[in-house]
Amino acid sequence: MSESAPAPLPAPPRPERTEGFPAAGNLTDVEREELRRHGILLTSLEELYNWGRSNSIWPLQFGLACCAIEMIAAATARFDIARFGAEIFRPSPRQADLMIVSGTVTKKMAPQVVRLWNQMPEPKYCIAMGACAISGGPFKQGYNVLKGIDRFIPVDIYIPGCPPRPEALLHGLVQLQAQIKGEKLKGPDAARHTRPEEPSEFPVPEYGAHDLEPPKNPAVWTPPEPQGKA
Amino acid sequence: MHEHPYGFLALFLGVAIAFPLIMLGVAWLWVRFFQPAKPGARKNATYECGLAPSGDSWIQFKAHYYLYAILFLIFDVEVLFLLPFAVAFTGLSTGALFTMLVFILLLVEGLVWSWQRGYLEWK
Repeated sequence: MSESAPAPLPAPPRPERTEGFPAAGNLTDVEREELRRHGILLTSLEELYNWGRSNSIWPLQFGLACCAIEMIAAATARFDIARFGAEIFRPSPRQADLMIVSGTVTKKMAPQVVRLWNQMPEPKYCIAMGACAISGGPFKQGYNVLKGIDRFIPVDIYIPGCPPRPEALLHGLVQLQAQIKGEKLKGPDAARHTRPEEPSEFPVPEYGAHDLEPPKNPAVWTPPEPQGKA
Repeated sequence: MHEHPYGFLALFLGVAIAFPLIMLGVAWLWVRFFQPAKPGARKNATYECGLAPSGDSWIQFKAHYYLYAILFLIFDVEVLFLLPFAVAFTGLSTGALFTMLVFILLLVEGLVWSWQRGYLEWK
């Protein structure tokens, strides 16, 4: 051995054993990959759960505006959302995992969207598809358009575009799958639906004389600070 | 031992009972250990395509539809029996004839009753 040989890199720190949860992640990724190369597949309940969940996301079947046409196109043979296991558009919120807010949410429609979101069982996810669902889009100055569905419900994935192409929706879906695959069952950063203190339902706004009442849910959304104020 | 030709049905029955029980058991364990149940008044409300639900989904049907059931029996179902009865009329035994007459009498009774009550009037 010559003295010029580089010293071996220090092993990456072993992850902490999660308290109260059996067999979750006290192997490093390197060790797991090494085992996988030898034909031994080690998994945890958490991984199995997230793997199954992320590959069978059932969206709620409803469309609001032109983005819905792109959503329909994503479900057809050319783009084929079934490749990602999300082709089963459910006609009832009781069976749906994902709400794709596809299009302009008018103030008259917003209470219905929030009520549908409330009626979905956990775990549930929301994709805001298109500029209108994100911020009101080209109708932001309009008197009758909600300026983003994230004022009332928590949004996981934002897909910009006017409308976004089906590939963009598929990309958003893959991003959501990645998010689900990284979710924890226990611990301080556990997923939303595993925490007892997280709310399962959100206040449904009323369609008032001038605006929605309340115009936003402060627990979900706070107005951004004004930028560049001197 | 000889295998029963329908023995596989018992197997099917066993699987059909065990499968949902396992599913429900796993779901119960899951709620117990990982995912707390979060029911709520808005969440459990009747699903009416997002609109505010008006009332319960367990509604009562109007009992008045029994009139239509009786009249349907008299004018529609009875024909099904009357036609073969008329075709086989000459070759019937006394017992069969008597049974058929009792059947017709029961339905005619309903017809007389509804006629008297004025249910045959078109309003």
